[in-house]
Amino acid sequence: MSTRLATGGRLIDRTKPLNFTFNGKRLRGFAGDTLASALLGANQMLLGRSFKYHRPRGLVGSGVEEPNALVGLGRSGRFEPDQRTTTTELFDGAETVSQNHWPTLDLDIGVVNNWAYRFLPAGFYYKTFMFPRFAWKHLFEPIVRRSAGLGRAPSLRDEDRYEQAYGFCDVLVAGGGVAGLAAALAAARKGARVIVLEQTAHWGGRAPVDGGTIDGQSPDDWIRNTLQTIEKMENVTLRRRCMAAGLYDHGYVLGYEQIADTTPGDGRPRHRLWRIRAARVVTATGALERPLAFAGNDVPGVMLASGLRDYLVNWAVSPGDRTVIVTNNDDAYRTALALHEAGLVVPAILDARASVTGALPDAARALGIRVLEGRGIAKVHGGKRVTGVSVCAQAGEGSVLEDIACDAVAMSGGWSPIVHLWSHCGGKLLWDAPRAMFRPDAARPPTGADGQPMAVAVGAANGVFALSAILAEAKDTAPAPAIPAPDDEAPMAPVWVMPQGAPDALRYKMWLDFQNDVKVSDVQLAAREGYASVEHTKRYTTLGMATDQGKLSNINGLAILSDALGQPIPATGTTTFRPPYTPISFGAIAGEARGEIFQPLRRTPMHEWHATHGAHWEPVGLWRRPYTYLRHGEGLHDSVRREVRNTRAAVGLLDASTLGKIVVKGPDAGKFLDMLYTNMMSTLPVGKCRYGLMCSENGFLSDDGVVVRLSEDSWLCHTTSGGADRIHGWMEDWLQCEWWDWKVHTVNLTEQFAQVAVVGPNARKLLEKLGGMDVSAAALPFMTFTEGVLAGIRARVFRISFSGELSYEIAVPASEGMAFWTACLQAGEDLGLMPYGTEALHIMRAEKGFIMIGDETDGTVIPQDLGLGWAISKKKADYLGKRAQERAHMANPDRWQLVGLETLDGSVLPDGVLALAAGVNGNGQKNTQGRVTSTYFSPTLNKGIAMGLVRHGPQRMGEVLDFPTEGGKVVQARICDPVFYDKDGEKQNV
Amino acid sequence: MSDPVSALQGQTYDGFARITEAGLHGMITLRADLASKKLAKALKTQGFALPEPRRVMASGDRSALWMSPDELLLILPYDQAAPTVAALEGALAGEFVLVADVSDARALFRISGARAPEVLAKLCPVDFARLAPDEVRRTRAAQVAAALWCSAPDEFSLISFRSVAGYVMGVLEHSARPGSELTCA
Amino acid sequence: MLTLTCPCCGVAAEETELAPGGEAHLKRFGPGASDEDFETYMFARKNPKGVHFERWRHAYGCGKWFLAARCTATLEVFGTYPAQTTEPPADLIARIKTRRPDWEGCK
Repeated sequence: MSTRLATGGRLIDRTKPLNFTFNGKRLRGFAGDTLASALLGANQMLLGRSFKYHRPRGLVGSGVEEPNALVGLGRSGRFEPDQRTTTTELFDGAETVSQNHWPTLDLDIGVVNNWAYRFLPAGFYYKTFMFPRFAWKHLFEPIVRRSAGLGRAPSLRDEDRYEQAYGFCDVLVAGGGVAGLAAALAAARKGARVIVLEQTAHWGGRAPVDGGTIDGQSPDDWIRNTLQTIEKMENVTLRRRCMAAGLYDHGYVLGYEQIADTTPGDGRPRHRLWRIRAARVVTATGALERPLAFAGNDVPGVMLASGLRDYLVNWAVSPGDRTVIVTNNDDAYRTALALHEAGLVVPAILDARASVTGALPDAARALGIRVLEGRGIAKVHGGKRVTGVSVCAQAGEGSVLEDIACDAVAMSGGWSPIVHLWSHCGGKLLWDAPRAMFRPDAARPPTGADGQPMAVAVGAANGVFALSAILAEAKDTAPAPAIPAPDDEAPMAPVWVMPQGAPDALRYKMWLDFQNDVKVSDVQLAAREGYASVEHTKRYTTLGMATDQGKLSNINGLAILSDALGQPIPATGTTTFRPPYTPISFGAIAGEARGEIFQPLRRTPMHEWHATHGAHWEPVGLWRRPYTYLRHGEGLHDSVRREVRNTRAAVGLLDASTLGKIVVKGPDAGKFLDMLYTNMMSTLPVGKCRYGLMCSENGFLSDDGVVVRLSEDSWLCHTTSGGADRIHGWMEDWLQCEWWDWKVHTVNLTEQFAQVAVVGPNARKLLEKLGGMDVSAAALPFMTFTEGVLAGIRARVFRISFSGELSYEIAVPASEGMAFWTACLQAGEDLGLMPYGTEALHIMRAEKGFIMIGDETDGTVIPQDLGLGWAISKKKADYLGKRAQERAHMANPDRWQLVGLETLDGSVLPDGVLALAAGVNGNGQKNTQGRVTSTYFSPTLNKGIAMGLVRHGPQRMGEVLDFPTEGGKVVQARICDPVFYDKDGEKQNV
Repeated sequence: MSDPVSALQGQTYDGFARITEAGLHGMITLRADLASKKLAKALKTQGFALPEPRRVMASGDRSALWMSPDELLLILPYDQAAPTVAALEGALAGEFVLVADVSDARALFRISGARAPEVLAKLCPVDFARLAPDEVRRTRAAQVAAALWCSAPDEFSLISFRSVAGYVMGVLEHSARPGSELTCA
Repeated sequence: MLTLTCPCCGVAAEETELAPGGEAHLKRFGPGASDEDFETYMFARKNPKGVHFERWRHAYGCGKWFLAARCTATLEVFGTYPAQTTEPPADLIARIKTRRPDWEGCK
């Protein structure tokens, strides 16, 4: 049984009991507990099932390294799967459920995989499910998917809120243990602006549990005193519960702060993602203990020696009355001493080293603890928890020397510095053979923007374990030259397999990756099958690919692989360390960007009116424009048809504010616009408007719009709604980077003006009712503009038309846009005025054969394809795209060209369909000769109309093309003039 | 004349800092050779002083903000924008300058309180501790462009485009919620 | 994530405040140019592992384009300079040669 001891526990407050549940069972812990310590203290040793074999799983560690003890936490909108119990602080009312089992944790049908383990080796899925092909999709995949996976993905919207924040510092210290605090203090005393991030809720790291003296003080005293000093310094920021998740280019560090995990619903952000820019980073991230590979090392009750010691000292939790220690180094003896001090029994310490001397082993022996030299574990007994171990000689093949009954096993295979942060951005490692560890190579650090080292590793993260050396190192801020062993400790002896000559039967039971069920035998099999690269072996066996990302398994797996390949460990190398160090929440990554502020919606000054008058929205870039204004009980199609018919018969009102409006001004503005547009803009008379086209340097049509000559040296360029920022940037690019000696200024005035289109036969009457300006045909002819006051509002009125009707576009200051819109509505009441949306706009332009950027163009279409040759100046020596359009392919008469299409049966062609041609191409696909670019039901003509690009189209008027549609049906359409309505333009020019 | 309205018509939010959409202000974009003496004179006549790069020069109800090596933003009372544009255009006739009234293209926010920088530090990649007292910083506020500066003790001003005023108010509110302070009191 | 100091306004901007613009110092070829010259101008781009000259725009700042010399492998920034030039400034070339003695220079 694991139990809570009657006394002790440096982190718990026994006066504050907390209630929580596990699989519905009511349990109790204390403030200061983690979920793991509370579960273990409540005798919950079995916490989950492994991924592949569904083997029983209990706690292995006490921190971020924990591979097994993951649970679903919370309920409904706060449910989250795969929460690591060792790093989750207990809170009152926490609801937890175990994962990856069916039907229950204790009785799991999937455990049958366990008995079949010999038939489920590495690569099993790859090998088995190859053939027949159909079986994967219909048979194997559904079964595999049901049995695989850990926790259940939440189905409800996350009820919590998240945020991000930016931080800046000279020195960022990752890790608040002794090394980190000492480094922070040293840097702060030199005047640096310092940020210290500690991933847990406590300062000091392992030192208070491991013991020793620091500057003559106990670890707890030294930590308290150091913190007091630091807290008084204004140039240091301390953050607990904030993990340095990743180090990126130029000293960019992501910090993952957990603020309200233990107080769900208190209104604070649950997590905050810090985006910190640090001139230098100190990685003081500590080290992780490695497991040992012996048969049955995955049975619940087998734990890391350091983890077991943490439960005992920090939380007063006993994993069992009798604990066998198995180790290859001195550190594990601290666990034996701690167990003894707590009054628990250590039946034996199995030390793989042939001879053991030194202060810690001597201390254990002095307490009467059996220390067996040169011994290891042949086998662990027990199913859902440890019942005993068989002892063998480490040098042998596993013959059992004796059996020892026990409830727990504390294992230690040595320590691995946590080099993730160092490695994320290019820091290199060296193999420290005597201590069997990769540690940061100070000669090859990650470098920053200045090419200088941007990180330094200190303390255990640098392979420096002795407290005295850590302090010395921090004061120097340079890594200690010679790396001493921990104070008074004997060297460890690398042990990768226990016993070293273990036969296959034992290797099948030696776990490397506890969560993904990867064993020593799997890695050896991978090596035999030719997976010589560690990256390939990782993917083939899934070693280190579980949610713990191989924190416990990678070095051991690497050593096994190297041995199987007959090469030294550094020749095999490590897999890549990628951020984040441990999983971080999607919420933190999204930050504030969800719901209403997911993205910056752009609203015109009339947006609210649209919203309250039935607008069905259409996204146009980040703008929202009314697609149509639905009336009560009306469908979308009916609404659109009503708006078109009314505009053509009476008068319509369109919010055109989103159109881009860029002013180009200066002595060279005309010359510049002549380069930018295919047309000649420098000759446009003041007061006149001209439709213009812009192409990319590659010759393709990029944007279009009406250009207005405002004055002798200034033009106003209208762009498409989505194109304003892009075109303004395009203009500035050419002015700043190519023609920087041209005297031209630009300013993007898109948002300065609300723009309203008044369209239809009654448009002039409406403007006359508004009053203030002569808008007669004589005073304001087609394609001109004027300025003045309309309805008491400063206005610029353009006589332009995108519908073929008598039409005005009126620009007023955005702040008066709503007032002007209202004035129009009032004036239009007895003129049959109705607002219309973008769909009616599109239909009316299609009826007139006007092209739309993004419909008729797709980045491969040149103006010549669209019959817009008239808008390309023949007089100009140059314009952007001209050289490109001279290429042979661009001048090819076989290019598809714009035509109108009318179906023989009056139906509406589907959008984007292709016109068939005779024969098939090299791939056996039917040949094509054209495609539909715009297609609508025309309420004006009462039939389907379409525009399309067709090979030799303009020369083939009257020909009928076949358009196969979904379901194999062929729709026939006749090639016709793309101008379907009012070909002579009589309606707009009145 | 109708009554012009700002994008959010003075909406406010009280969190650990106070967020206010500050209503309509006159704003004039001036693109010119900023070293021109004629320009300095024309500005002076209108009550503006030429700021150093990345600085704001405020006097009374008028501020001139350096926006780029050839661009200033002039801020003044809303109803004075149009006549000031006309006056500047007159004074600078024949010069290579562009004067544009952008009063209606922008939204102006005030973020006030001792913790105002903490609100902005959640949205802008700006080192507020190292921002000079009269510095104008053009940057990004969450997903949109913004210009900000310290406009009074414990007060920052932020300018965004008008169309995204609702979004900017949204992210400012989100960042100023009580309980989400970045530092201890 | 990079930081580059805009030479036009002096702000040390992070990558999210900048917009990338591809290779710097391209020579434009317009009407009358050979197909080969136009193809090179339009499509041929250097992709070195090492010293590279790039265009960046301080899009969320002063709006100006500028040029940057950077090592594509280590991301070391050798310097930034105004866009109104057809070749990198001499002092920058000298600095790069100090930092990268093997660099073959602008080609």
